[in-house]
Amino acid sequence: MNEAWIRKDLLGLRGLSKEEIELLLQTAKSFQEISLRPVKKVPALRGKTVANLFFEPSTRTRISFELAEKRLSADTINMVGSTSSMVKGESLKDTARNIESLKVDIVVMRHSSSGAPHRLAPILKASVINAGDGINEHPTQALLDMFTVMEKKGKIKGLKISFIGDILHSRVARSNIWGLTKLGAQVTVCGPKTLLPPQIEKLGVSATTDLNEAVRDADVLNLLRIQLERQSESFFPSIREYAISYQINRDILKRAKPDVLIMHPGPVNRGIEITSDVVDGPYSVILDQVTHGLAVRMAVLYLLSGGPREGEE
Amino acid sequence: MNYLIRGAHVMDPKNKLDQVLDIRIKKGRLNEIGKDLAANGEEIFEAEHLHLLPGLIDLHTHFREPGFEQKETIVTGAQAALHGGFVGCVSMPNTQPPCDHQSVIDNIIRKAREVPFHIFPAGTISKERKGKELSEMADLKRAGIWAVTDDGSWVTDSLLMRRAMEYASMMGLLVISHCEDKRLAGGGVMNEGLTSTQLGLKGNPVQSEEIAVMRDIQLARLTGARLHIAHVSTAGSVKLIHEAKEEGLAVTAEATPHHLSLTEAACEEYNTNSKMSPPLRTAKDVAALQKALKEGTIDCVATDHAPHTEEEKMLEFDEAPFGVIGLETALAVCLTELVHAKKMTLGELVQRMSTRPAEILKLPEGFGEIRKGTEANLTLVDLSEEWTVDTHKFVSKSKNSCFGGKKLKGKVMATLCLGNFWIYQKELVR
Repeated sequence: MNEAWIRKDLLGLRGLSKEEIELLLQTAKSFQEISLRPVKKVPALRGKTVANLFFEPSTRTRISFELAEKRLSADTINMVGSTSSMVKGESLKDTARNIESLKVDIVVMRHSSSGAPHRLAPILKASVINAGDGINEHPTQALLDMFTVMEKKGKIKGLKISFIGDILHSRVARSNIWGLTKLGAQVTVCGPKTLLPPQIEKLGVSATTDLNEAVRDADVLNLLRIQLERQSESFFPSIREYAISYQINRDILKRAKPDVLIMHPGPVNRGIEITSDVVDGPYSVILDQVTHGLAVRMAVLYLLSGGPREGEE
Repeated sequence: MNYLIRGAHVMDPKNKLDQVLDIRIKKGRLNEIGKDLAANGEEIFEAEHLHLLPGLIDLHTHFREPGFEQKETIVTGAQAALHGGFVGCVSMPNTQPPCDHQSVIDNIIRKAREVPFHIFPAGTISKERKGKELSEMADLKRAGIWAVTDDGSWVTDSLLMRRAMEYASMMGLLVISHCEDKRLAGGGVMNEGLTSTQLGLKGNPVQSEEIAVMRDIQLARLTGARLHIAHVSTAGSVKLIHEAKEEGLAVTAEATPHHLSLTEAACEEYNTNSKMSPPLRTAKDVAALQKALKEGTIDCVATDHAPHTEEEKMLEFDEAPFGVIGLETALAVCLTELVHAKKMTLGELVQRMSTRPAEILKLPEGFGEIRKGTEANLTLVDLSEEWTVDTHKFVSKSKNSCFGGKKLKGKVMATLCLGNFWIYQKELVR
């Protein structure tokens, strides 16, 4: 199966083909049942070493990757936020090269600057997995979102999927847009105009500032976390007004399809972009997303570590 | 020194020279210009197939000294300039300490003599380039500045800028403005548009430049000062400058070789050597700049040579400093992209890289032209020589060029500055 996978790195979904994305999702499907076994471990990455370099704080993604690595029997090392040498003024390149000298096979990297993993990947022999770079991409999150849609809806092609919130600063939205449009979904992005990226329609999505428009006819609503500091940067006047205009609550869901899925990459601001009853309600698949994240990350790690590769990038 | 340059195609639009001639240089000055001059004991340079231009003048160079000698020094910067065919450069004042005091200017002029090279220092508009209080412009003028600018920082206080322009105009000082409303730029690291959305990088809209250009033109109208708009990057700015010129305001403008030839697409792969301020824009802007340079709305080419170390440019795109070097590639890029691409004639390009900058700065006669009796400041270029830019071969201390690996046509073979011959590319001595 992994004959079709020839890339050293997973930097984003922008550069992947439809077939590559489908392969990732199919591989994730085969890893799903491992986590249901009494002994939740396979030897796929035995003897391989994975370094999790988190230059930016993260709990969910880091834990998900770490657990995926452990379930594949990889040895792992972690470097998180302030424990990194970045604060000592060491360049990213030097940090990564030092870690590579320890003969690491895969580097999982989260960084606050867009493009940081893209700059690192060509100079490292190790595979690089982008675990979120600045406001650019978060490919494994988008893959787990797509996997969740596949699980619940059985397809992606033709579905209407809306992203609501801070699209401008969202790497989750960007990766999803690249992936979903390739798989034939009809993507809408919705938020205040201040938080919509310039010329976003040219990526093949619809953009609206009207929540009703984004909710009506949607098969999936993917909500993005609204960062509270955006108010002080005047992206919107107040959290209160944001919630009045863009919150997903029981009232707005009356206008949605009866089988709509509610997704959120977390962490959720309950009562701001989404009300508690909706988070915990019947449409919500937020916890399924977390579970699927494990299978998706196992699949990515497995494919990148798999056998001799031809035609490396 | 005495030289006889034989058989060069002399191209001087100011004095309407466009023919093969011999040039005799005696004690560093142009002694005779004519056909088939007889040697009289001079060193002879066979310049057949080469073009002889009035030495190039750059209105926008960062020599980084004092304060940032790890990036460039006056000596290495001047050598890079000579290598690129330049005989004189306006040094930008964002040094450390900044050029807001006559002692800093003294220091720069003294170091330029060591090369030797013509540096025309610019002083700051405001003390410490903070945009709060005027620097001592009259004293700076006495020390030898040719222009004032807070380059890199637009003076946001419109009242201070008004006073600066009035005060500078009293002494006939050129006011150079780096037009950028930093608030509106919003921390953008590249042009705002589809590419910034695709790359997930923060964008800087064209309006951050155009608003600043608009205000400064208004202040030029109010004060009558000579305003020079640095590194124009947008089609909208071109339009505003065109209108100001139509009206007869004393407004001039420059564009860089990179803004004249590259688009925001160069930021793909997060290449930090394509990160500069103002950012590379779209193909529409490049076309507008080329047209404006041809028509004279943009008066001249300036390099905005901005050296940064490899360690700094190795950083992530967001963190790496703005700026690229350009002295050693400027002429070749313009020859390739403008002259060989038939966007303008060689004479027009010489006018925009030598004659016009000399006029804007009000340099004495002999700069920007090839005139008998003046000090020899000349550039010898082979128009047809093709070469590939190898940044490791630069004499500049820094290697942060956005043209690394690019094939160019046209190469500087030698530069004469202050009557001294700098031979680089070929053994021309017979």
